[in-house]
Order: sequence, then structure tokens, then C-alpha cells
Amino acid sequence: MPGGVDKFVYLLAPFLALTLSLASLAVIPFGPKPLPFPFFGGHQIDLWITNPDIGLLILFAVTALGVYGIALAGWASNSKYPLLGGLRSSAQMVSYELALTMSVVGVVLMANTFNLSRIIDAQSGRTLWGILPAWNIISFHGGFPQLVGFFCFFTAAIAETNRVPFDLPEAESELVAGFHTEYSSFKFAMFFIAEYTSMITVSALCAILFFGGWNSPFPASDFWKFTHYLPSVILIPFGLWVIYDGIKYETIWGRLVLPVIGSVITLIGAVLLAFPAINEFVQAPFWLLAKIFFFLFFYVWTRGTLPRFRYDQLMNIGWKLLLPVSIANVIVTAGFVLWRAGK
Amino acid sequence: MSAPLVIFFVLAALAVIGAISLILQKHPIHSALSLIVVMVALAGLYLLIGAEFVAAVQIIVYGGAIMVLFVLVIMLLNAGEEERTNFSKLAKFGGLPLALALTGLLAATMTKHGASVANPETAGTLAPTGQISTLLFTTFVYPFELTSFLILVAIMGALVLAQREKS
Amino acid sequence: MVPTQYYLILSAILFGLGVVAFVFRRNIITIFMSIELMLNAVNLSFVAFSQAMPATKGHNLDGQIFVLFVIVVAAAEAAVGLGIIILTARNRQSLNVERVDLLKL
Repeated sequence: MPGGVDKFVYLLAPFLALTLSLASLAVIPFGPKPLPFPFFGGHQIDLWITNPDIGLLILFAVTALGVYGIALAGWASNSKYPLLGGLRSSAQMVSYELALTMSVVGVVLMANTFNLSRIIDAQSGRTLWGILPAWNIISFHGGFPQLVGFFCFFTAAIAETNRVPFDLPEAESELVAGFHTEYSSFKFAMFFIAEYTSMITVSALCAILFFGGWNSPFPASDFWKFTHYLPSVILIPFGLWVIYDGIKYETIWGRLVLPVIGSVITLIGAVLLAFPAINEFVQAPFWLLAKIFFFLFFYVWTRGTLPRFRYDQLMNIGWKLLLPVSIANVIVTAGFVLWRAGK
Repeated sequence: MSAPLVIFFVLAALAVIGAISLILQKHPIHSALSLIVVMVALAGLYLLIGAEFVAAVQIIVYGGAIMVLFVLVIMLLNAGEEERTNFSKLAKFGGLPLALALTGLLAATMTKHGASVANPETAGTLAPTGQISTLLFTTFVYPFELTSFLILVAIMGALVLAQREKS
Repeated sequence: MVPTQYYLILSAILFGLGVVAFVFRRNIITIFMSIELMLNAVNLSFVAFSQAMPATKGHNLDGQIFVLFVIVVAAAEAAVGLGIIILTARNRQSLNVERVDLLKL
């Protein structure tokens, strides 16, 4: 622990960041149906920890509290660079929180609820004469396609999680290392687990709010039933490839563990092929996880591609571009919802 | 001792401990953290009452915006620990009992007619958010628009205060 | 169910503690925080009453809507008040409220 720090606040900051990030995963639903066999006492286990009627607001509350982890870490380190990094980062997070919450209001207008699983259910079905799925980003179902809302949300979310191109406060080449300069080993790891968990939560939110959640992009008619084998089609070759790669691995540990993992993956794929009941149950979580994976891929892709913004450019984008555009999105969506309701 | 009663006592104890810690802490940042604990405990109490939208707004606005403002100002002004205070005897032995007497008077007044505020049929149910928003835009639309105007005035005031002096 | 009196007693205790903090602390920012504590105590009694009232005109949500307005007003007041505090602290180089005792610097 560096000298002159405020011990309580220094230890509280990474703990707060990690706890809040992990707690936000509690309201994300992974599937509509409960597990198909009852457990002790006859309780059924749903694929979510809690499903409150204000689920979306709870996610925003946790995001709002997440500013403290960074502000307190910057202040408690008793040194210039972390203080500057912490101040800049918390100002950035507070600014982009506004655009984040505003860009979601269009989705809430279309679904008429804050409950995440009901927002997903409002996106089931097909649009455009059955060609496209009725996801919020492309459907006119009782609203307006939320393309602009999605771009505002994703940009604001990248800024909220302090990732490239918005990561000036924690960039290595700019401010030594920003607000976590004085943290080492596990406390530093806690900050980064918190950041990656926030990335996962935000990707899950993108998938749920704008891309239909656990709804498959293919229609539900009998002709398209072959798409239900997609999990197995992905898992079995992947498992075989892991076995093949693991057998020739450099370390002895890799040669032992990787084939085991590969065979487990292949076994899961084979079980899904053999038992159609389990396959039907796995469809919904599979599509949600596939979309989350796609957004995480996009996150890492932008990290490798884009340069970072200067701080005044960053604040300009947050206040002068994203906030007015998301408010305009709300107005247009509200107008469309009223027009369709009046028809 | 039903479960809501136990939860109430836990959250109430948390709120009172946070408030006492606000009084007794020397450094303002520790007082700010205690106030955040009080606000989160109060949000839990609102959830227990059934006002879920108010609980969420309390955490988002109070805990996530107003208290962040306090913490940032304390960080900017580099506020240190408070100096040693030497209270006069009158303040210590007259003021504190008077404050406790005020609290006791308020509590006694509120509970004297406690039996008449019985829990009606909506006890134990969650307040529907849709109804709150309908009310905000129909019955309470004038205060709603006035508060938005108030926020605009506050933003302009804060901007004017933050400008450098033209010297 | 929790009787309404319990919420009201808790609200009175928090208000009293806010008054004690307001009177006995020297730092301007801590005094400002005690004002927020008092506002929170009042919000709690509003919400407790909104649950305890019988439904008039189909709802008993008046207390909760009032709480929303109180939170908004507290936010506006905190913003402007903290701006004033920053300016005063810069001019007098002290956050002790007893130093702010002259109208002119």
C-alpha cells in the first residue's frame, strides 16, 4: 500500500467497482423457460436471478454507482496522475450516462415496460412480410426502427466502460496508467474484472434491447427447423479442433487439459444432437450468448482498430452529438408510437 | 417477527449508523460515503414499501449524480480533515439534548395518531410505474414542466458561477 | 407488514440527526450534506404516507410523485450550492464555515 493513502477508501474502491459490475448481471435473463425439471421443494429454477419490473432501471442504477469506484480510486492513491485520471474518467462516465439512458427510452416506448424479458417478448415475431425478425433495430412493430438509438447506445456504452476509443483516462501512454496507477496484483485485477464484466453486461443489453434477445433470426416455421441444429454444428467441430490442437501442444499441462476440454465440448454437442428436448431448451440461451459474443468481438475489434479521442473531443461528442441525437430519437419514436396507436 | 419486519430493522439500522457516521467522521469524504450508505438504505426501504420507481430514481439521481457531485467537489477542493472544535459548554450540554428533544417531539407527534393511518388495500403491492408516468403527464404536468425549467435555470447558474473572472 | 409508524419514527430520527450534523460541523460541505440528509428523511415519510393513504381518484401515488419533485429540486440546489461553495473556498482558502463571517473579503 503506498504511503499517505486513505486506507479505507483505497481498499473500498476496487471492491466497489467489482461488486457493482457483478451485481448488474443479476437482472439479465438468459432464457424464457425455467429448467425443465423441478428441484428440491418443487421450486422451478428460471434462467435469471431476478426479473423485476424495473430491471432496466436497476441496470442504470448500478452503472450510475460505478462512477464511485473510479473516482475514489483516483483520489485515494494520493498522487497526481491517478487523481487527474480519476477526475477525467468520472466526468466522462457521468456525461455519457445521460446519452446511455436517453438512447434506451425509444425501446422502452416500443415495449411499454422496463422488464427485460417482456422487452424481449415484444420483439418476437416477424416483420417486413415475414422476411426479417421483428427486432427493435429493424422493425416498425408499434414504433420506429431503433438504428440511431442502437448507435448512440453502443457508443455511449463504450465510453461508459472506458474502452478504446474513449479510454484516455486509463491509457498507458497518456497518464502513466490513469486512476489505477497505484494498484497492483489483485486490486488491479479487480478493476479489470470489473471492466470486462461491464463489457459483458453492456453487450447483453445491446442484444436484449435492440437485437431481439433470445429470439432466433430464423422464422419459427417447420421449414426452418434445421436451424435448431446450429449449436451442435458449431460445438462438435470446435470441440474436435480443440482436441486436435491440444494433442500437439507445447506444455505437458496443455497436452493433458486441452483434449479433456475438447472432448467435453464435443460431448455437449453430441448430447444436443441426441436429445431434442434438451436441444429445444438450449435454443434461447444459445442465441443470446451468440449475440453477446458478437458484440464482445466488436468491442475487441474497435480496440485494435481505432485511435483514441482527445479529452475535449470526447466531451464534445458526449454532450453536443450523442445527447441531442438520442433526444431526437426519443421524439421521433414517440411520434411514431402515437401515430400507430391512433390508427 | 416476519421477514419484512426483519428487513426493515436491518435497513433502518444501516441508515441510522450511516447518519451517525456522517456526524462523527472527521474527513468530509468519509462523511460523503456514509451519506451514500444512508441513501442506498433508504432506497431499500422504498422498495420494501413498494415504491420501486422511486427507489430506482433515488439511486440513479441521488446516489449516482448528486453524491458524485459532492465527492468530485471534495476531491477538487482538496478538503482535509476538520480542525479540532472546542464547543462551548452551552452547545454541548444544551444543544444536543434540545436536538434530541426535537426528534422526540416529531416522533411522538407522528405516532400519537398512528392507529388512524392504517394500511389500506394497496399494502404489499408494487406501485405501477405506468400509473406514475400517466399522473406526471396529466395531473402533475405543471409542476413537471416547472421543475424542468428549474433545472435549466440551475444549469445556467452553475455555468455562470464556474466561469473564470475576466481580470 | 411493517406498520407505518415505524417508518415515521425512522424519518424523525434521521431528521434529528441531520439537524445535529448541521449545527455541530464546521466544514461547509458536510453542512450541505446534512441538508441532503434532512431532505431524504422527509422523502421517507412522504413515501410511507403515500402507502398508508386510501386510494383517492383511483391511486394513492401522490406522495411518490412529490418525492420525485423533491429529488429534482435537491439536485438543482446541490449543483448551484456547490458552485457557490467552490467560489467561496477559492476566495477565502478555507472550508471552515466560521471563516465566512464577513460580507466583504
